[in-house]
Amino acid sequence: MTTLLDVENLSLRFGGVRAVQSLTFFVKEREILGLIGPNGAGKSTVFNLIDGIYPPDEGRIAFAGKDITGEKPYRIVRHGIARTHQIVQPLSGMSVLENCMVGACFGFRNQSLSHARETVREVLAVVGLADRVNDSASQLTIAGKKRLELARALCAEPKLLLLDEVLAGLNPAEVERMIEVIRGIRQRGVAILMIEHLMQAIMSLSDRIVVLNTGQKLAEGTPQDVANNKAVIEAYLGDPGMVENGVRPHPGAAP
Amino acid sequence: MTPLRFLRQPFFWVIVAMTAVFIAWPLATGDVRLRESLVLAAVYIILASNLNLMLGYAGYVNFGSIVFFGLGGYVGVYLISEQHWHPVAAALAAGISVSALALLFGLGILRLRGFYFALSTIGVNEGVRAFVSNFAPWGGASGLYISLDSYQSLGGPRQALWTIYILLVGVMALSLLLSFGIKRSKFGLGLRAIGQNEDAAGVLGVPTPLYKALAYSISAFLPAVAGSFYFFKSAFIQPVDAFDLGFSVEVIVTVMLGGTGTVAGPAIGAFLYEELRGWLLTSPAFSNFQLVIAGALLLAIVIFAPGGVMGWIFRHIPKMRRILE
Amino acid sequence: MFEIIASIIDGILVGSVYGMAAMGLTLIWGVMNVINLTHGALIVAGMFAVFLLVQAFGVSAYVVAPATLAIGFFAGVAIYWIAVQRMIGRPPLMSLLSTFSVNMILIGLGTSLWGTVLFNVEVSLPGLTLGNYTFPGTHLMAAALTLLIAVLLYFFLQFTRQGKAIRAVSGNREAAELVGIPTRRVLAMAFGLGAALACGAGALIATMFPFTVLAGGAYQLKSFVVTVLGGLGNPAGALLGGVALGLVEGLTTPFIPVSWTSVIEFVIFIFVLIAYPRGLFNFTFRRS
Repeated sequence: MTTLLDVENLSLRFGGVRAVQSLTFFVKEREILGLIGPNGAGKSTVFNLIDGIYPPDEGRIAFAGKDITGEKPYRIVRHGIARTHQIVQPLSGMSVLENCMVGACFGFRNQSLSHARETVREVLAVVGLADRVNDSASQLTIAGKKRLELARALCAEPKLLLLDEVLAGLNPAEVERMIEVIRGIRQRGVAILMIEHLMQAIMSLSDRIVVLNTGQKLAEGTPQDVANNKAVIEAYLGDPGMVENGVRPHPGAAP
Repeated sequence: MTPLRFLRQPFFWVIVAMTAVFIAWPLATGDVRLRESLVLAAVYIILASNLNLMLGYAGYVNFGSIVFFGLGGYVGVYLISEQHWHPVAAALAAGISVSALALLFGLGILRLRGFYFALSTIGVNEGVRAFVSNFAPWGGASGLYISLDSYQSLGGPRQALWTIYILLVGVMALSLLLSFGIKRSKFGLGLRAIGQNEDAAGVLGVPTPLYKALAYSISAFLPAVAGSFYFFKSAFIQPVDAFDLGFSVEVIVTVMLGGTGTVAGPAIGAFLYEELRGWLLTSPAFSNFQLVIAGALLLAIVIFAPGGVMGWIFRHIPKMRRILE
Repeated sequence: MFEIIASIIDGILVGSVYGMAAMGLTLIWGVMNVINLTHGALIVAGMFAVFLLVQAFGVSAYVVAPATLAIGFFAGVAIYWIAVQRMIGRPPLMSLLSTFSVNMILIGLGTSLWGTVLFNVEVSLPGLTLGNYTFPGTHLMAAALTLLIAVLLYFFLQFTRQGKAIRAVSGNREAAELVGIPTRRVLAMAFGLGAALACGAGALIATMFPFTVLAGGAYQLKSFVVTVLGGLGNPAGALLGGVALGLVEGLTTPFIPVSWTSVIEFVIFIFVLIAYPRGLFNFTFRRS
């Protein structure tokens, strides 16, 4: 499988703080790459860099062979990358339908209003919001808003989907549901780069995992490799002595 | 939306009916005072509808929107009286030149958000006013007059007043149709997304700088044309009238009164406000208090009914959502 | 040459008073994210207050000046409770419109009472003559009083309990509430303070120049320019911005007809808004 997203040597500083340092990783077509790390590790910043919200101080981002470093956010979508936000950003005064229409009209395919409507109906059915089509976005529950955020991103028909803690705040049943949806998305040929804190979910979903700590890449590999990686355990639990004494985190445990 | 689909929208026929009434009523009665009152109403509706593109859709407060009207007036009056252009050609030239200028200005000030943008629009208006007040070819602070023979091309002064009235009503209808058309278009969807959450809209792919600049420029065109006709009709233009910031704010009041983000709202608000104002001016008790009452009205709307008349209608008569936009 | 320097210095003296007015505007912005569009009306209120008090009591304008500060404060608190309090947290357009409507009401009342007649406050104060140029005593006094008030404001904000409460609320309103600060009362006080500064500036301007009810608009615009120069939310910057504006005025008046000065001011205004939205004199570490 070819490489879809290529991040090379990415660095960003906020004042005196190095948010991201010399980060290099890649995402292949159709794969699910998990991005994990303790709070403040710089995961959301990586998304903002890919998305063009901040231009990097150093480094290069390439997508499907094209250099997209520092391009404006509204152009990034046209290349085929869509994202959800950690704190949901619904267009509150508009309906669910209209929210998704924006995603479809201005996304990868830049569709007309009438074509967009078809795309939206399909996506809403997949995500499970078909019955809320005309409700105002502000009326949805948190789970609903998360699904709307996901639906909106999908309507853009991306090749790569950036999911920022899309499972946070959901109850176990909703989490199960969302995991199914994510698997379904991958089935349709979309690659996924996801940030998650829910260890069980991300370990079972991801093909590979990249671990970030204080802006730098700490480890990379299959979920098994990463779970057994000493440095990763230390970063999460903070005490190397715990490893020595035989305490190992179960891959399903949350940090 | 294709022209054919337009014809099937109930609201399209509401606009047509309204235009017909505006034209037929004074023409049938020959009542000059009625005509003058409706001229003012039409002007308010034109300014309010076009302001709504920035204010109601994109969420950008343009405090100095009157600058388009005033500049259009100056370009028109200058071309007609000094260069002897035909009034309609002059009005078109006014519209094109002012919206081109707006595009230029817009590219600069639309980088600003919220208050900064609002302040800059005041700056633009005041700056243009100060400039024109010193600009000799345009009469400086004393303004420009139009000589009577400029009205010959429209059949003499008396006839011309009626013709201009009809032209202004035409511009009003165009403003409403434009507002309606944009609202149902992809462009309008993008603008409304910007109005809800500009950053999220950008991430979703809405080309925000381009759309904002387009909206700003488009919102200048018809007001400039209207300004050209209006001041031609008044036979006189001077900076203090053409760039009256208070008028600009009254237009904002009408949009708020009627309901931002709707097409009918600005029209309803403009009409109501203009009638109220006319009544206040002629009523001996209140003429001094015009500003006070307008201010109190605005305060009441902002505190108690920020959705305006349309907000109230939509909440209490949901069926109207299908007919009115 | 000397005339030019003298003109600049005179401009700086007058400009400092613009700075004081702008301090009121920028304080309110910095504390509660509201642009106070009653600012112009409050300046005019200060002008009329000093005029009426001088007429009523026959004393010097400078004796009644503190009273104008008090009047401004109470007017500001009233305006806050009527028009601003409910707008906190709502979209910015709402507070813009609510304060603007109060402005319309006040100016409308003003024109009803006093029309558009020119008023003047008689002040006889010896000036300072250097060479060919006489610095009007009123200008010197106004600048001195402005400096005094600026220093008092600084001490108030830094060292008094209420001042610290204001700074706490402007930094982080939720956190301030959590530690038990009565935020709404603090906001009202801050608004009153901003209004007092506007009124006081108006009073000082009245001692220097003749005025009408409609003069507020022009001075409000000047305050906007100064506030933007200094950076919204930055009182020290506002004072410096006022001085800078005065400097520009002093520099241009000998050469250019007075009516062009406003054009230049607006060009500067828009330029600074676009190129330096944080202001030219932003020394505070305030994240906007």
